[in-house]
Amino acid sequence: MERYEADTTISYPCVGAAGKTGGWRDFKPVIDQSNCIKCLRCWAYCPEGAVLRGEDDSVSIDYDYCKGCGICARECPKKAITMERED
Amino acid sequence: MTTMFDVGNKVAAKAVQLCRPEVIAAYPITPQTVIVEELARMVQAGELSAEYLCVESEHSVMAATCAAASMGVRTFTATSSQGLAFMHEMLHWASLSRLPIVMINVNRALGPGWSIWVDETDSMSQRDTGWIQIYCSTAQEIFDTVIQAFKLAEHRDVQLPVMINYSAFTISHTMMPADILSQEDVDAFLPAFEAYWRLDWRNPVTFGNVISDEYAMEKRYTMYRGMEAAKQLIPEIAREYEQTFGRYHGGLIEEYRLDDAEYVLLAMAAIGSEAKVAVDNLRDKGYKVGLGRMRVIRPFPDEELRRIGKGRTLIALDRNISVGSGGVVYHETRSAVLGVEGCKVYGYLAGIGGRDVTYEDIEGMALKVINGEADPDVVGWWDLKDTGGK
Repeated sequence: MERYEADTTISYPCVGAAGKTGGWRDFKPVIDQSNCIKCLRCWAYCPEGAVLRGEDDSVSIDYDYCKGCGICARECPKKAITMERED
Repeated sequence: MTTMFDVGNKVAAKAVQLCRPEVIAAYPITPQTVIVEELARMVQAGELSAEYLCVESEHSVMAATCAAASMGVRTFTATSSQGLAFMHEMLHWASLSRLPIVMINVNRALGPGWSIWVDETDSMSQRDTGWIQIYCSTAQEIFDTVIQAFKLAEHRDVQLPVMINYSAFTISHTMMPADILSQEDVDAFLPAFEAYWRLDWRNPVTFGNVISDEYAMEKRYTMYRGMEAAKQLIPEIAREYEQTFGRYHGGLIEEYRLDDAEYVLLAMAAIGSEAKVAVDNLRDKGYKVGLGRMRVIRPFPDEELRRIGKGRTLIALDRNISVGSGGVVYHETRSAVLGVEGCKVYGYLAGIGGRDVTYEDIEGMALKVINGEADPDVVGWWDLKDTGGK
């Protein structure tokens, strides 16, 4: 990838280009794995790519970048994700 | 070389065509409309190979122009008055993105009361946006300045947008002769634009992203340095142009009959050329008067004013007003020459809202100062009518 000698603010694609945005969160999604049916809706809907997909299609949350928007909890058909207030 | 005899706006469009912009976004507003109409005609007729975007407002004009410039192509647009004011937010976007956009602003009074006549308050009120501001007095100067402006804006050390200003109607719609360069000459002087960064799907980047206080101040500093570089490069490019094509209109300030002058008028755009007639007349009557025609307001020519002002009385003529303060050239000049030996600064507001300012008016203002009838601490309102006690 070419790096520009820019005098303005340029950012290059990488994990966490804008820093660890998990600190913005008021509520965090918590997955009840026993209820998860691996439908991957949370993974597909997450606007930040903060739902991680495992080899076996199990899901987990990347709390370094999850901003706590709650879309995953809203979309989960099994209500297996709950939003819990951060400490 | 051919000579064109046409209005300032048509000569401006001709210069823009020769600079080969690849994207032009436009929204019409009197009195600049002639420029973008002529460019639209050129694109339609196949005389200019550019993407011509008709957008829904001036805010969108500058947004589209910024977007195009950030793809690494040469861009141009034109506006006036309310249109420029509507662009305000995007003007900051253009300069902070360091995009070398060239725009013509035909100076027109802001309403209400609705007006289409000349007044420089429109561009003066954008002077903190980080745009270089150049003011032209003739069609020939417009032609030559457009070509130089692209070279300046695109220079590695500058990377800032340029706003070229001139007076509504007295210049925009007045026919004047202008010598026109050939395409080959312009191509040789102004090579194709090579962007230092660009939005490109093959090398994806984002810009305008979040910036923390850790870096923000430094970005402003590098912008400030870009303006400082422009202070050197504006006269340098003007001299290079003179060496190549034989025409020179001045650097940051055009100095007219300054030798032995005791009084120096400071004026710009249409009043700047009219003031030459006033200076000649006053000289004929034995008064030692000269003119500093302010070509550039951003970057502000502090050093030149300190040099010109030494031991002299400066008389700033402002066709603009910062209400609650006064004329911008007057105040910035006073600030620049503070502590300069023997320098006094007087200020007059003249021609606000487009009232004609003739050489006789200019002589009148100069004589008020020369005859000791003016106060340097009070901004004078020239030709002010009775406002009924208000």
